Amino acid sequence: MSATDTQQAPSVGRGSGEPMIQIRQLSKWFGNFQALDNIDLTVSRRERIVICGPSGSGKSTLIRCINALEPYQKGELLVDGIPVSDNLKNIDAVRSEVGMVFQQFNLFPHLTVLDNLTLAPIWVRKIPRAEAEETARYYLERVRIPEQADKYPGQLSGGQQQRVAIARSLCMKPKIMLFDEPTSALDPEMIKEVLDTMTELAKEGMTMLVVTHEMGFARKVANRVIFMDEGRIVEQNDPETFFNNPQSERTRLFLSQVLGH
Amino acid sequence: MTDLAAPTTAPPPAQATSPLNWIRQNLFNTWYNSLLTILLLWIAYQLVPPIVTWLTVDAVWWAAPSEVCREAAGACWAFIHEKWRFIVFGFYPHAEQWRPALAMVIGLGLLAASCNRALWNRWLALGWLIGLPAIGILMSGGILGLTHVPNTRWGGLPLTLGLAVIGLVVAFPLGILLALARRSDMPAVRAVAIIYIELIRGVPLITILFMASLIIPLFLPSGVNFDRLARAQIGMIMFAAAYLAEVIRGGLQAIPKGQYEAADSLGLSYWQKQRLIILPQALRISIPPIVNTFIGFFKDTSLVIIIGLFDLVGAARASLADAEWRGFYKEAYLFIALIYFFFCYMMSAYSQHLERTLDHSNRRKGDLG
Ligand SMILES: Nc1ncnc2c1ncn2[C@@H]1O[C@H](COP(=O)(O)OP(=O)(O)O)[C@@H](O)[C@H]1O
Ligand SMILES: [Mg+2]
Repeated sequence: MSATDTQQAPSVGRGSGEPMIQIRQLSKWFGNFQALDNIDLTVSRRERIVICGPSGSGKSTLIRCINALEPYQKGELLVDGIPVSDNLKNIDAVRSEVGMVFQQFNLFPHLTVLDNLTLAPIWVRKIPRAEAEETARYYLERVRIPEQADKYPGQLSGGQQQRVAIARSLCMKPKIMLFDEPTSALDPEMIKEVLDTMTELAKEGMTMLVVTHEMGFARKVANRVIFMDEGRIVEQNDPETFFNNPQSERTRLFLSQVLGH
Repeated sequence: MTDLAAPTTAPPPAQATSPLNWIRQNLFNTWYNSLLTILLLWIAYQLVPPIVTWLTVDAVWWAAPSEVCREAAGACWAFIHEKWRFIVFGFYPHAEQWRPALAMVIGLGLLAASCNRALWNRWLALGWLIGLPAIGILMSGGILGLTHVPNTRWGGLPLTLGLAVIGLVVAFPLGILLALARRSDMPAVRAVAIIYIELIRGVPLITILFMASLIIPLFLPSGVNFDRLARAQIGMIMFAAAYLAEVIRGGLQAIPKGQYEAADSLGLSYWQKQRLIILPQALRISIPPIVNTFIGFFKDTSLVIIIGLFDLVGAARASLADAEWRGFYKEAYLFIALIYFFFCYMMSAYSQHLERTLDHSNRRKGDLG
């Protein structure tokens, strides 16, 4: 399903060359189970990377390592030059550069939309409330729900909630945005509004890592598509090659399942 | 959570039922319901008229000597007339009882104002800042021309309210800290919390009060004299904190992992995350069990009687020791039961109000009926 047909594709390119995320030989275990196996990945500024793969292949685990929601046991991970480690200072520094959007939105249900957006800028960035609200209203406008500012998340549709979640991350002015299956919990008619928002973000040059099975979005927006299986990066290529001429058998199998051939 | 709130279906049109129909449909719809209805009516007929007669028609309503009461068939409200000040204020000197009365008015007034979040402002804080010392001065005296009343003479309702309010106000944050500690990532912190909570919960409050009043002084250097009332208060705080901790932990466990992750990914610190995201939600879910604990604790203050403090129950019992008025215990206990009920009911009503006002669940504004 291609929800972004009407959108113009952003200019394809490798980004500006300056590395934003550097992952070397990253391995992670849950107990005895190895969830990530020697991952190597470098993401340059302004790159849009789509990660796909079967369920349980380690996609979430990989992007959750990037903002230290999961610890890893082996290898090296740098975000904008800062090593992601147990060091709390580094973790804070990394998290203030990396925004994350979850499958389940994870909005704060006891706060209004506006308070959801201003909370972190006020408490983490120490920005005055008036200024934080101004920024929040700007981003609500950007995700096209300015009129919902005073509602509670529970009063919004799923698509609206996810756009609020995106706006909440943007209010922190991150350099990198991580998306973990942002449309998987949405009813089909709401997927497009969220993908449109993400497409716009990509056009403006945000560095993005998106775990998704929306292959239409990958084709239009990504400059690189990564296929993961069993904790390893099996294949990565530009979308054109990835979809039309997949190199590995597993990728081909996966694509045929996802694209429904 | 992922779905649009479903469009509300209109409720079925209210059927115009006559009272007779309602009775038939609800009380006599099956043979066993009919039987139960008749049985309950019969029991009510047997019980209610005699009780009401005893309480009202046959009662001695006004001040009267105890002999009049002993000849009457009903309740002796003359006893309450005679003893209410003693029951309410205990052994506090009669002429000075306006002081604890005023202290209660100030304390309860400030509490009532604090229950309304619209009033949370500088003035309320100032009110507490002035009110608390004022209450202390009123109760204890010794300055401003007020005669000193040692706290061994405090009693009755002010003592009950004081123990309960101070106990809960101090125990509540302690309970939160203990609950967080028990869920901490740090094994040592977790162990301390678990040991504390399980030890305290495993022991009856009476035992804790005994230990606080008898055993702890044995370990203190001989010069240190630790006030009996303060010991009781500390014992009660320790007790309440353990129970509140478990209730709050229950609420914490109900908060989805995603809330923690969202807070983490936004860069909130541990304490910011707990204070701004987790606790507001956890405490809201826990309102019913928290209030349950509060009400239980309020009534448990009556146990201080075993270490010789005369709270409301203690004072009521002491009032019966008067040879002239011996035996009117029904009246005494009914009287304090009403007082207990009033305060417990207030807590319960307030908690229901809080639950309603803090409810931001999956409803669109129009649905709120
Ligand atoms: N907290 C956890 N504890 C144990 N195993 C986990 C945990 N999280 C993920 N896993 C396992 O790690 C593997 C990768 O999970 P995940 O990254 O969520 O996969 P994906 O996002 O690709 O579906 C899965 O096999 C999953 O069962
Ligand atoms: Mg996943």
